[in-house]
Amino acid sequence: ADIISTVEFNHTGELLATGDKGGRVVIFQREQESKNQPHRRGEYNVYSTFQSHEPEFDYLKSLEIEEKINKIRWLPQQNAAYFLLSTNDKTVKLWKVSERDKRPEGYNLKDEEGRLRDPSMITVLRVPVLRPMDLMVEATPRRVFANAHTYHINSISVNSDYETYMSADDLRINLWNFEITNQSFNIVDIKPANMEELTEVITAAEFHPHHCNTFVYSSSKGTIRLCDMRTAALCDRHAKFFEEPEDPSNRSFFSEIISSISDVKFSHSGRYIMTRDYLTVKVWDLNMENRPIETYQVHDYLRSKLCSLYENDCIFDKFECVWNGSDSVIMTGSYNNFFRMFDRSTKRDVTLEASRENSKPRAVLKPRRVCVGGKRRKDEISVDSLDFSKKILHTAWHPSENIIAVAATNNLYIFQDKVN
Amino acid sequence: MFVRGLKRKCFDGEEDIEGTLAGIKAIPSYNLQRQSLLDMSLVKLQLCHMLVEPNLCRSVLIANTVRQIQEEMTQDGTWQMINTQSTGQASLDRLVSTDILCRSSRDSAEGKHVPAYGTFNKDFESDQAQDRTETMSTASSVQAPRNLQSNVWEMENPQENKGNFQKSLDQIFETLENKSPNSVEDLFSEVDNSYYDLDTMLTGMMSNTKMGHCDSLETFSPPTNTASNSNCKSDLSDLDHIVEILVES
Repeated sequence: ADIISTVEFNHTGELLATGDKGGRVVIFQREQESKNQPHRRGEYNVYSTFQSHEPEFDYLKSLEIEEKINKIRWLPQQNAAYFLLSTNDKTVKLWKVSERDKRPEGYNLKDEEGRLRDPSMITVLRVPVLRPMDLMVEATPRRVFANAHTYHINSISVNSDYETYMSADDLRINLWNFEITNQSFNIVDIKPANMEELTEVITAAEFHPHHCNTFVYSSSKGTIRLCDMRTAALCDRHAKFFEEPEDPSNRSFFSEIISSISDVKFSHSGRYIMTRDYLTVKVWDLNMENRPIETYQVHDYLRSKLCSLYENDCIFDKFECVWNGSDSVIMTGSYNNFFRMFDRSTKRDVTLEASRENSKPRAVLKPRRVCVGGKRRKDEISVDSLDFSKKILHTAWHPSENIIAVAATNNLYIFQDKVN
Repeated sequence: MFVRGLKRKCFDGEEDIEGTLAGIKAIPSYNLQRQSLLDMSLVKLQLCHMLVEPNLCRSVLIANTVRQIQEEMTQDGTWQMINTQSTGQASLDRLVSTDILCRSSRDSAEGKHVPAYGTFNKDFESDQAQDRTETMSTASSVQAPRNLQSNVWEMENPQENKGNFQKSLDQIFETLENKSPNSVEDLFSEVDNSYYDLDTMLTGMMSNTKMGHCDSLETFSPPTNTASNSNCKSDLSDLDHIVEILVES
């Protein structure tokens, strides 16, 4: 199994897609809940597996293009088939996933194996009929959106008009129409005329969930810009600019690096945005640009370890963050296979671990604690014992229920609320 | 380490004796830490995986950190201080050894000078024709103040340290920008196998020395051998010595 690089539920939560470093997409489907086994609430089983992207070689630059899937985004379902966008560093693809459970039998010109029949042997005409067959799930690439990005794509986002979507790389954001693959509109371009002056890159971007003209993008300097596509064709001038003033007492050489935003997500309501930087998760009200309304410490005990984390490159890890369906709880990952949940209303938080060794299937997860000081209590783990190779960068929350998917390197964990 | 503003206040508090060499030596730890952070950053920018395009965000963040340190060092006067102190002296910095090691293998292959960040800028190559005989040429901007004459980034005339430094950063972004699309191809066409071996060796060496650096400051990583540290910091004045180090690591 390869390292999982993205996890995403579809709009109903019936399907869960994962992308991995090897360019594969694996889709899980939730079982229908059966009345016979009420304690087994719909579990997720593999529904479809396909190779989305292959490694490529850019001959012009003599560089490899990784096949790793950076993001998957589902389209809302409009017919029996499912559609999703998957992207690697350079190319976005639209995949159609459909079921086939019937097949036609009784062709006149072909026999059952598909071989051509001798026309002189045909004496009778018949009408082919559809007969049931074993369920087959097929994935076909319907569109390939290529050659529009010079830099590495970090985000894709489907617009609420369901006709367009955007793809963002380090310096540019392009707007696509699903039907047109040979053209895209450039809507944001922060590339300086002189690359020597480059000091900031785009790190994530997302469309507003309801307003199809609005989107946000975050930067490596810890800022978020909200843009309105109605104002101009090129949205280089933001409509809103979200930035928190720096805390002078916490200033260090690493201040800028840890302020770099790794993920930005609109709340389902569209009223708030959530950003993740290295040590915190912040919730912003769209109507207040000068500071976030809530700040949650994910793993503040790492603040004194920044030099080592810079040395081993962990400081550049890009953690994602997610909202639950009602926007009342937010979740993000950490190291040592820990992930954190913050309840916005009660202000309570919990640290849980995604690990087979430390929890049995169907057992209730035990909250974990990291000890910072000298005295370590029995169940606590000390900061120095944390395994920084076990990082949870990608998580997803079911759109309406309390089911979460957590990717721990090459394992996928699915957790549900405990049923009484 | 660098996290608390406390350290800086400490530094600022001793400003009255800072003007002298003794003053600098009285607070070696902060300067040393800052220097090691600078070294680390420059190494990170330099040792990027050549087969896949480097992560632009990471490069930009590291370059900004380097700029920040350089600005602070200029403000402190440390930059100038080091410059006047060790002109003509063989560089003591581990980073220089990296440069020379990188360059020595390629130089022996084609007799050209290679800019530190792995870029092949054709304009620069023609300008560096005169520097071919220099053994102590430095691509690292850190060395610029220490050894003005031998800075690879320099054109004919010695320039401001800042200018050199800026040029180094510029080179990084030129690579990333691929302004000269042939540059990377040239790199591959002229590089022989020994380069890749060197790279592995360097990475190994770097990881050894890297551990040592932050070790004194945090208990994050277990203590490793400091032998490689001392190797790197020893005087490197000629190619024989460099080869010695290669063999040892």
